[in-house]
Amino acid sequence: MEKMLTGYDAVAEAVKACNPDVIPAYPITPQTDIVEKISEMVADGELTSEYVRVDSEFNAASTALGASAAGARIFTATCSQGLKLMSEPLFSASGMRLPLVLGIANRSLSAPLSIWGDHTDTFAERDGGMIQFYAEDVQEAMDNIALAYRVAEDKEISLPALSCLDGFILTHVQEKVDAFTEKEIKEFLPERDPVHTLDPSDPTTMGAYARPEHWTETRYEVHKAVKRAKDKIGEAVEDFADIFDREYGLEHSGLVETYRSEDADVIIVALGSVCGTIRYVIDEYRDKGEKVGLVRPRVYRPFPKEELNKVLEDAEAIAVMEKDVSLGYQGGLAIDLKSSLYSNGTMIPVLNYIVGLAGRDVTKDNIRKVVEETKDVRGKDPRDVEEEERWEPLRDELLSGDKDD
Amino acid sequence: MTEDKFKRDEDLFCPGHRACPGCGAALASKLVTEATGPQTILSMPTGCMEVTTTPYPESAWGVSWIHNIFENAASVAGGVETAYRAFDKRDKKGYMDHDDVNFVVMAGDGATFDIGIRSLSGMMERGHDVLYICYDNEAYMNTGIQRSSSTPIGAATTTSPAGEESLGEDIHKKDMPSIAAAHGLEYVATASVAYPEDFKNKVEKALEIEGPKYIQVFAPCPRGWRHDSRNSVEIARLAVQTGMYPIYEMEDGEITNVKEVKDRKPVEDYLKAQGRFKHLFEKDEGEEVIKDLQKIADVNAEELGIDK
Amino acid sequence: MTKDPYEDLKISTGAVTDPKTTLVNKTGSWRSERPVIDHEKCVMCGKCETFCPDMAVKETDEGKVEVDLEYCKGCAICAEECPVNAIVMEKEEK
Repeated sequence: MEKMLTGYDAVAEAVKACNPDVIPAYPITPQTDIVEKISEMVADGELTSEYVRVDSEFNAASTALGASAAGARIFTATCSQGLKLMSEPLFSASGMRLPLVLGIANRSLSAPLSIWGDHTDTFAERDGGMIQFYAEDVQEAMDNIALAYRVAEDKEISLPALSCLDGFILTHVQEKVDAFTEKEIKEFLPERDPVHTLDPSDPTTMGAYARPEHWTETRYEVHKAVKRAKDKIGEAVEDFADIFDREYGLEHSGLVETYRSEDADVIIVALGSVCGTIRYVIDEYRDKGEKVGLVRPRVYRPFPKEELNKVLEDAEAIAVMEKDVSLGYQGGLAIDLKSSLYSNGTMIPVLNYIVGLAGRDVTKDNIRKVVEETKDVRGKDPRDVEEEERWEPLRDELLSGDKDD
Repeated sequence: MTEDKFKRDEDLFCPGHRACPGCGAALASKLVTEATGPQTILSMPTGCMEVTTTPYPESAWGVSWIHNIFENAASVAGGVETAYRAFDKRDKKGYMDHDDVNFVVMAGDGATFDIGIRSLSGMMERGHDVLYICYDNEAYMNTGIQRSSSTPIGAATTTSPAGEESLGEDIHKKDMPSIAAAHGLEYVATASVAYPEDFKNKVEKALEIEGPKYIQVFAPCPRGWRHDSRNSVEIARLAVQTGMYPIYEMEDGEITNVKEVKDRKPVEDYLKAQGRFKHLFEKDEGEEVIKDLQKIADVNAEELGIDK
Repeated sequence: MTKDPYEDLKISTGAVTDPKTTLVNKTGSWRSERPVIDHEKCVMCGKCETFCPDMAVKETDEGKVEVDLEYCKGCAICAEECPVNAIVMEKEEK
């Protein structure tokens, strides 16, 4: 059914349709509206989940983890500092192979404090054995929740999954959405069938510690499961397209979406909502006859190495525009992408742009400048291109130089 | 392992665990499983009892058991309990009834008094049907005997050692049972491994009550307290007999059922039995600390009516 | 009895462990002294069994208290707590 929904409404609707058993909830801007909306559904009797008003994100994740270990389907949501607080139980949830689905309203990390959006929060969780989906629009934010459940709860995966949507830019913007219902989703999403449960009639020990002779193998099994999620996402996206007639990078296992990139000389790689603006600028260039395209990873972990290499191999220059930075080096997506391309022998110059941090607008002009600079390095050997990441735009007049305060 | 002369089938806490000889917490673990029986899901944080009982692929436990991290055993248990409530409500197949399962936490004092207090407070405040048992050995034993907020004054630990300028721990032990009771708990109790029947009765009584419950059981640590392993139970008994560790119940916030002591012994009897208090008898200033400790016992005796 | 968890060990999903499997770890080797029970003196009060942190002292079907030397760590709580001094600790022969 088509409705006008904000991102938070859409996520809440998706959660309602997926009908988790337990929803521990704690507020944080700009995620709060998701758990508020869900609490209304519970208060109105539209949703029969156990809604637990916990004391912190730390205990939202911990309560979710306990419920998941018991065999329950769970949902919780957070971002930014809240995700930091969840980080410890989340890293161990992957080790214990417990499926948890989280809605993440991406937001920057302190300090300085900022409530506005970027991807530094989820990129900081990169190494924890969690699947990470990034939505471009409200519809995808809704659909990714269903995909996240399907993949996270698959017995061969059994991992936490973060379903990310940009804070404010997507959470608080209304778009027309084709909303699925519980009845409709049942065909796509089976009931959870856990690998192990905490059942007193068949006792097990969960969360044993491992000594050096077993730890590496245990973690390697997690690593394999995260990688295996690539195929599972591909299958899930196909089934989803069959049932709902909406497709997400079907030809690239649901991991990567492309826009006018097939014959493009210059390709921009970016995650999430900024891709809407990038598409607009690409159309401008295409109208002028210039071959510019977009490649949008929908999933950051597992990293879609083969899929990205394939869609980028014929480009002459690439710009990675990303809302995160690994302070002291470069943007995380660019680091991974360069490793992926160059280890494959695909020697295309990659310019790395750090954009849109803490809600700073990424304008059409910013994107045009990126395209122009990237055009200049077309066909060059990457070793002949300035490798340093570019902060676009950076207000030079605000920088201190080397002065002492 | 063909014959079962020692009835290992009956053990819900099994030998082969790697706790030190004479471990009070291991004794407490056995007593807990004897009281809860098999219909139990036990949540345990990081600590001595976790590492000594579950080196993969082994487990000493015959009950369902989960460990996650150091500071969240209470909220993990709350999550498990909530899941069972949801299963009941939704009539999910393959799960026992919520009311047929005992949801229990067993955690050390560091995980309870210090790092896990947020999780514990939240679990109690929300009214989860969970029995939280703290095995209190008055320091971080798993990491090597560092002080916790349960460590009594005068005790030497590896982070509150006695020295030229130090008489050991100089901050009073936190009153955790009162903090639990202040959450409006129907049932709070202290217990001791020296009085096993009393402890087991308290666990059984607590499990009859719907909602959060808190029991703190005194569990000597021979390694950390510097005493011979043979004296673990005797020292626990002396703690009660001197008034240093009174055992009582708090029902709806009111103290009930205090274990009375005939001819209460001086605290020196308890202190002298342990190396962690040795410096108090070797240094002149130690006398003042012993007086302080005697005063704590006297106040306990007066406020709780310990003296028979 | 529990099977040996190390036999054909494969890492299970989430490293979940079977119950009661520490039984393969024979802690009796830790012992420097062993409890020896004088059954003539023993009054079958059960205190040794109650206070054993290693479930190593138990009343067997033969109607007497015995020490499971496979697991007994020799802590001597049983000897200390025995009200009739029926248990003495004897040095292990090396």
